[in-house]
Amino acid sequence: MDLSFDLLVNAVIAGVLLGGFYAAVTIGVSISFGILDIVNIAHPAFIILGSYIAYILNSSFGIDPIIISIIMLPAFYLLGAGVYQIYYQAFERYGQESLRGLSFFFGLLFVTEVLLILVFGVDYRYVEASYIGPSWHFGVMDFPLRMLVPCLTALAMFGVLQLFLSRTFIGRAITAVAQDQLALRLMAASPMRIKRIAFGISIATTAVAGALLIIIQPVEPSVGREYIGRVFAICVLGGLGSLPGTVIAAMLLGVIESFTSTFYGPSWAPAVAFGVLLLTLAFRPSGLLGR
Amino acid sequence: MLIRSSPRLRQETNREPRTGRNPLSQYLFVLIVIACAVVVFFGARAIGNDYVFFAGYTVLQYVVLATAWNILGGYTGYVNFGSAAFFAMGAYATVFFHKLFPLPIPVLIVIGAIVSGLVGFGMGYLTLRLRGAFFAIATLALAVVLQTFVVNWDYVGGSRGAYIIRPSENVLTGPYIQYLFLLMLALVVLGLVCARGIERSQLGCGFAAIRDDELAAEACGVPTLRLKLIATTVSGALMGMAGAPFPYYIGYLQPSSAFGLEYAVNSIAMPMIGGTTSWVGPLIGAILLGSLQQIATVTISSAVNLLIVGLLLVGFVIIAPNGIVGLVQDRLRGKDK
Repeated sequence: MDLSFDLLVNAVIAGVLLGGFYAAVTIGVSISFGILDIVNIAHPAFIILGSYIAYILNSSFGIDPIIISIIMLPAFYLLGAGVYQIYYQAFERYGQESLRGLSFFFGLLFVTEVLLILVFGVDYRYVEASYIGPSWHFGVMDFPLRMLVPCLTALAMFGVLQLFLSRTFIGRAITAVAQDQLALRLMAASPMRIKRIAFGISIATTAVAGALLIIIQPVEPSVGREYIGRVFAICVLGGLGSLPGTVIAAMLLGVIESFTSTFYGPSWAPAVAFGVLLLTLAFRPSGLLGR
Repeated sequence: MLIRSSPRLRQETNREPRTGRNPLSQYLFVLIVIACAVVVFFGARAIGNDYVFFAGYTVLQYVVLATAWNILGGYTGYVNFGSAAFFAMGAYATVFFHKLFPLPIPVLIVIGAIVSGLVGFGMGYLTLRLRGAFFAIATLALAVVLQTFVVNWDYVGGSRGAYIIRPSENVLTGPYIQYLFLLMLALVVLGLVCARGIERSQLGCGFAAIRDDELAAEACGVPTLRLKLIATTVSGALMGMAGAPFPYYIGYLQPSSAFGLEYAVNSIAMPMIGGTTSWVGPLIGAILLGSLQQIATVTISSAVNLLIVGLLLVGFVIIAPNGIVGLVQDRLRGKDK
């Protein structure tokens, strides 16, 4: 193993950029699992759906994937609100969310994946955009634009969401849902309506995350599965419900994964997230910035 | 569900489980199940077509997986998404020992049970002290990670897969597939007896108490962590047992087939569709869904049949929360009124 300085610096940069993208993938789960207590394991399936929509619109109209994702935000918001409505009517109302709610999301994950396979096959799909390919160089440091653009987009999304949650009434009501639903009712806000909005936002982020995913790597329907472990590992490591914690944890996991693939080979990278998850659960279940 | 199960809770505190009253029923049940298994085996032989054994093996394998899943998922309410991982652990234990030193399959089944049971215990120990959702997520991630390990482990074939050449004949039954079928049938008997025994014992009362209200159970003195660990270990061990003969069945084992998502989905969907509160549910669900899949794979395509399973799972979870058994019970109760 040749531990040169260049390699080390670039592994860190690649990790941070990858982490930025992971933050975009996780931020929705941070809202749904962290704040609303809805264990949406179908989250990666929605991300893959976002990727395929980006692929279709990009290949037929040549629109930039990130612009597509912004156009798709309302549609994904409605999709999320609809899913929450079913989830509430069928499970949450009866306190059945643990066993049946989880199975419901697992079924959704599976059905989405199989449907995508039936429609598109298992070929890898990719998008075309001007920033896929070139990189910026500063001395020994490389910034591939393919990674830099998703990272910056993710950080922008994080900034907007953080402002929304801390400054607006609905945003603060969403944080309040996690703490005291009765008090929220006394403030004349329906917890169910607030949760529906929050879950809609959580799914809306997958439109962006999906577009970023297909910019970074070619996508096929079962890619989503790799992200389940990662997403929840980041969410737990960051501390449930804490968006800044999520971003920090995502960067951390990105760097650890980047080191693992640089020094031990990329085939070991998926195991990292699980190790991180187990260690966090065993030693600090409340996460880095947990409440 | 809370109301229906509260008498069981009371039984638990009174230390008066149902088996105490009628110890014979368990022996009778074992005899009946064995008799059914014998009938199934000779019935399949009477048809005289090896394909029956190949298809039947898969269905039986799902019966074991579904029953095993239900011991944890149905009885205690903890969802395991990593059935494929436990199954594959059993299968890869077999591949490992096949290369190291050839052992008879029953011994391999015991080894598979030990390996998967230990994995189940370890997973449970790390995550069960926290909220239930963490356990579910950890099992999901476990499948991905174990697959990564197997892909990187050249001794058991790595990503290329491993060949297992099975003997064509067996002294006991003639064609080898019949021997495998018989073994799986034995595992089904074991699984069902185990599940029913647990259900009717003090252990089962404790499990039901955990499922209905873990906090209240803990407060009543039910040793919840210990019971949950027993459930994960037993459930994992049964799944490992189901996986151990698999390499001999399939002949060529590669990570993506051993860790296939269809195992995880089926072992959840089958109990959910059949009904999770008793041992009958997974059995009914597995036989129905397993046979349906065998037919759909032959007549339509395997992707479509997985879609059917997924849609059935989502549909049943929303519309019939207690599965087929629940529907039948509701019907019977309606007649009483």
